Amino acid sequence: MTAPADKIAVERLTAIFGKTEVLRSVTTSIPAMSVTAIIGPSGCGKSTFLRCLNRMHELTPGARVEGSILLDGQDVQGRDVDPVHLRRRVGMVFQRPNPFPTMSVLDNVSSGLRLNGIKGDHQATVEQCLRQAALWDEVKDRLRAPAISLSGGQQQRLCIARALAVAPEVLLMDEPTSALDPIATAKVEDLIHELKARYTIVIVTHNMQQAARVSDQTAFLYMGELVEVGATEQIFTNPREPRTEDYVTGKFG
Amino acid sequence: MKLLARRRAVNAAMTVVTGLAVVVALVPLALLLWLVVSKGAAGLSWTFFTHLPTPVGEPGGGVGNALLGTLYLVGLACLVGLPLGVGAGVFLAERGDGRFGSAIRFTAEVLSGVPSIVVGIVAYGLVVVPMRRFSALAGGVALGLLMVPTLARTTEELVRLVPGSLREASLALGVPQWKTSLRIVLRTALGGIVTAVLLAIARAAGETAPLLFTALNNQYWNFAPDQPTASLTVQIYNYAISPYADWHQKAWTAALVLLLLVGALNLTARFLTRSGLPREQR
Repeated sequence: MTAPADKIAVERLTAIFGKTEVLRSVTTSIPAMSVTAIIGPSGCGKSTFLRCLNRMHELTPGARVEGSILLDGQDVQGRDVDPVHLRRRVGMVFQRPNPFPTMSVLDNVSSGLRLNGIKGDHQATVEQCLRQAALWDEVKDRLRAPAISLSGGQQQRLCIARALAVAPEVLLMDEPTSALDPIATAKVEDLIHELKARYTIVIVTHNMQQAARVSDQTAFLYMGELVEVGATEQIFTNPREPRTEDYVTGKFG
Repeated sequence: MKLLARRRAVNAAMTVVTGLAVVVALVPLALLLWLVVSKGAAGLSWTFFTHLPTPVGEPGGGVGNALLGTLYLVGLACLVGLPLGVGAGVFLAERGDGRFGSAIRFTAEVLSGVPSIVVGIVAYGLVVVPMRRFSALAGGVALGLLMVPTLARTTEELVRLVPGSLREASLALGVPQWKTSLRIVLRTALGGIVTAVLLAIARAAGETAPLLFTALNNQYWNFAPDQPTASLTVQIYNYAISPYADWHQKAWTAALVLLLLVGALNLTARFLTRSGLPREQR
């Protein structure tokens, strides 16, 4: 992986909640237009790592970050960086589908645009995003229906469409399929394959098969430390670190 | 077997005892409704809703100005109480975890226990004394202040019920905090807040004490905020303490009208709770 293709460069990133160090001096890079999977046992700091990338981490009281995260060479923690603008460039999909319950399918997708004060007819954007999220055919006849009338898998794809509507460059996914059944999971995984042509994707997952299926690069986090990062195939077939091998072969975690 | 029989007997006895308690508790309520309806219904007529009060002995007349006055006062109270109460509630839920928040919460709790006549005195000092006259505005301020503490606490509870995941979803879309609070969090809690507002209005509409020396009373129609205004409750009070039989009759009928007004508000709130809340909090 050559340096110019890196979308995000993380250097000595340490994340702290109060007095607990959740991440310790993590250094890695995330290549553009590819899928990076973060794996590791519960509580190893996977989600925290993800939430540092769009500065959602700092919203938790007592949370602090040291080190640097460069997005296209610019430090996202910089004083002149508005976290609100950063989050429009770095979108996020959460563990549980969280569509806005008071809004229709249509309004959910356009919510990011409308709430950011972008006026006009968003119909075209909505259709395009729903198509990208592979949901259009299922909901095109009920765009005005309440978002919570959709099934769990549909709701999650709706949330992906909602994140895409603000035209982010990076898409963070925090265990996006952990609340979904296998069929819905397969749909979301197919979707990830399609989306990486346009977006840089970072996905946190508990499921190692999923990491192997969807990602190009995999990072293994353990107890807040980055144990190993490399091409997904290498991590799963020929890991350099014994701890990685133990984890991916299911000896612990 | 003997044990089972004893347990069944105790169970039956306790069911009867608690059932009786319910009946006894409901008796005063039923009596109240029956008395007000039976004594008040006789005076009900279209004129009663639309006409001004008449002097003693003169037949006809109504409480039109008092009914309108109550709605007017409640409207003014909402102008004062809703922004303060709902605003404070949203603040407490979103930013109220610190010492300042708990101070406000404690104050609200103390304030909600303050007798309404004391709130009336405060409004007297705040509005009546500087304006040198009793006014609808003073009455509205009194009722509005009375609404604030409960409204703030209820709003806080309702806003806290909104899942944090919705807040995160909005923030992750690059929506600023304040907009997230207003357009997503408050919007999601709105169904419940409307219910809380209706209940607060119903309570305010039934207050007498804080109006006695703020809005005072008025025998005529009044739409000016700086003039004394009639209200159903004060009118009932004046009619009831008078020595005249026909005014007593009017007190009963006005009480029935007030009961219908408050009942309608409560029923609307009930209906909204049932149809609105469960869907939004799923």
